Amino acid sequence: MSMFEGFRFRRVSSVVHLLDPRAKFFFVCVLFITAILNSKLPPLILLFFVPLPFVLMAGVQREWIRSMRGALFFAFIIFLFNFLFTYLYTEYPQVPSAPLLERSIAMTLRFLVLVESFSVFFLTTSPDHLGLALEQSHIPYEFCFAFTTAVRFVPVLAEEAQTIMDAQKARGLELERGNFLKRVRNYIPILIPLIVGAIRRSLELAEAMESRAWGASEKRTNLYVLKLKRNDYLLVLISVLMLILAVYVWLYIPIPSLTILLSF
Amino acid sequence: MIEVRDLHFTYPTGVEALRGINLTVRDGEFLAIMGQNGAGKTTLVKHFNGLLKPTAGEVVIDGVSTRDASVAQIARNVGFVFQNPDHQLFCETVEEEVAFALRNFGFKETAIKNRVDWALNLLDIKRYRETSPFMLSGGERKRVALASVLAWDPKVVILDEPTIGQDHRQKEKLRQFIVQLNAQKKTVIVVTHDVEFVAESNPQVMLMSGGEIVAEGDAREILTDQKLVAQASIVSPEITQILSGLPDLGIQKNVIDVHEATSILLDLLEVAS
Amino acid sequence: MIEGSPITVANETLAIIETRKLVYTYSGAKKAALKGVSVTIESGEIVILTGPSGCGKTTLCRCFNGLIPHFYGGKIEGEVVVAGHKVVDQTIYELARHVGLVFQNPENQLFALSVEKDVAFGLENLAVPRDEMIKRVDWALQMTGIEDLSERPPHELSGGQQQRVAIACVLAMQPDVMILDEPTSFLDPVGAQKIFEVINELNKELGITIILVEHRLDLASKYADHVVVMDEGKVVLDGEPRGVFNSEKARLIGVGVPKATRLYQILRENGTHLSGVPVTSEEASKLLLEVLKRD
Repeated sequence: MSMFEGFRFRRVSSVVHLLDPRAKFFFVCVLFITAILNSKLPPLILLFFVPLPFVLMAGVQREWIRSMRGALFFAFIIFLFNFLFTYLYTEYPQVPSAPLLERSIAMTLRFLVLVESFSVFFLTTSPDHLGLALEQSHIPYEFCFAFTTAVRFVPVLAEEAQTIMDAQKARGLELERGNFLKRVRNYIPILIPLIVGAIRRSLELAEAMESRAWGASEKRTNLYVLKLKRNDYLLVLISVLMLILAVYVWLYIPIPSLTILLSF
Repeated sequence: MIEVRDLHFTYPTGVEALRGINLTVRDGEFLAIMGQNGAGKTTLVKHFNGLLKPTAGEVVIDGVSTRDASVAQIARNVGFVFQNPDHQLFCETVEEEVAFALRNFGFKETAIKNRVDWALNLLDIKRYRETSPFMLSGGERKRVALASVLAWDPKVVILDEPTIGQDHRQKEKLRQFIVQLNAQKKTVIVVTHDVEFVAESNPQVMLMSGGEIVAEGDAREILTDQKLVAQASIVSPEITQILSGLPDLGIQKNVIDVHEATSILLDLLEVAS
Repeated sequence: MIEGSPITVANETLAIIETRKLVYTYSGAKKAALKGVSVTIESGEIVILTGPSGCGKTTLCRCFNGLIPHFYGGKIEGEVVVAGHKVVDQTIYELARHVGLVFQNPENQLFALSVEKDVAFGLENLAVPRDEMIKRVDWALQMTGIEDLSERPPHELSGGQQQRVAIACVLAMQPDVMILDEPTSFLDPVGAQKIFEVINELNKELGITIILVEHRLDLASKYADHVVVMDEGKVVLDGEPRGVFNSEKARLIGVGVPKATRLYQILRENGTHLSGVPVTSEEASKLLLEVLKRD
């Protein structure tokens, strides 16, 4: 179970899945910036709830919860570091002081908001849409191709690694045996065939690409074209408004911390 | 002896690959497991050396359930040659490659040397002892992989699609080797969809389709049964097709061997003239 | 036919591919992979190219679409002309409009995340306008019988389906010649048969010249008009299937002669002559029946 689980795409379709990846990405970036601009707890709590409707609309709650659970470990570390370092290097009077605690929680929450928004993005955006978005954002085609190809071959390589592991186990290899160093060495019989295989595969891929006129024209055309639709404009509009609000608040309105709010 | 009792297996992805397999493979048997890709053949044989453990049911090898033993323990008696040799070759020399499993199984150095010699001789690859396996041709790599398994002399040898990627001559060489292996009392299990290969080797045949056993019997009986062959999505051997293309002349038509077919035809011609 | 000697196809006016004294050495290799290959492929035929592993079949195919010498480098002598173009003077992508190459391993030639995107790949590279592209992708999917798979990710398909996608990928570029390098070696018999049927249809309906590299002659030979056998970098047999399969040389090199032809040979050794050389089981049955009735 890891934080990255939450970044693996599953093929479903919903209003959120159908949104243009560029619009979604813009929205995620705005969330990101807003989270960075705020270091106080109340707005961060609010921000934490913003992506939730998207999670529900996309129907990816389970995957989302899994990724958040995966992020908890890192969140804990961030909390610990914030707490310790702020305590050591600033002059907070006593431990645990409420402001110190609040600040650490706020920093942790900021991290969670970032993970949350990006995982919503990756959970609802198919890799080919993403590749397409990259392409149409004038990122060099070689890079976009490398991206989609990598996504395409990850499951294939994982399967191959499994087969290799089986083949070596069938020859009596015990991966779990020995001390730490021995265990690392146990993986050599798996890594070498995997790497050799990957090299061979990439050569074959290159051949196939060449044979299908790779690099024939400076201006490639594209089977799929992304077009912003009404919902996309709506999302962009919401994002822009959010951004304006965030910047305005950041510049002109000092937000009190929860501790101060509660002490009134 | 391998006993399979009501074996079910479902992959973590939810794909139900085996649905109630019952099977006994006796010592010294030569069994070909046939069926189209995705029929569950490889999934089944991966249970024979414990690489996969049953979701339900049991696989018992010489009285021990595969659930109660590690792959390494089972592998000592059940050798498994994978389809693609490139999935296992990793050493700098052929010699080391063949010695790899022997080291894992804890053989003594002198025994390792003897067994490596023996296996290299057996597969006629002695001249490549010091060569890197990566420098060899496909057919030779296949033989190195085979040697690396036979070196520890397992009682049962499983070969997954041995003929894939091999040309006609290599295939014939391999076929003769496998037949010979069985003649020396080894239990041989071959997973294959190569009908001509089976027709020429004449093993026991088990047909699989959709995770179930469709039929079991000797090669002649199974491969000449049009209905069974169609059910398992394979084709019958060419010779069988030729004979079944003839009208009813009162001749035996369940033939899979070209020489047998010619002698039947010659008899028929003699009688006629 | 005279056994043993290479036979050249007589009609040269219709040649779509022609090599003359082709010698090729891979860069870094000591020995030449092709040692003086002269073959002529006529427009509209189905050619089976066979021979033992390492005989140079794949190398020859790479010469036909320019991967040799443009991708592989090495030293090339002699001449290769494809659809009127000298391969050495063309780029690979120019040649891709005339020659499509389908590889052995379906997994490593499909790289997109949906079937239709993969089929469109070549057209995208050639900057074909989008409307036209959609039409050609649909057409290619239809011709190979995989319309219903168009949005599926290729890596989730069966080997046989993947290989048909690979054929569609090449077909969409509307080549004159399609080369398939052992396309069925990972497939089961039914999957293989389907591939051969698709290839045959493309040849009959669209007149695409097919070069099929195959070991599996039992299934493929019934579609062939012309068979070329290579051994150790040379063409050793070249002619119509019956003659080639029936030659002593084919058997000695280790070509997997169809059982129908083998049966014919064994009968002949025993003094029974069929009136023709069968290549398929249907032909064999028919010829046998003739003899049986005659007696």
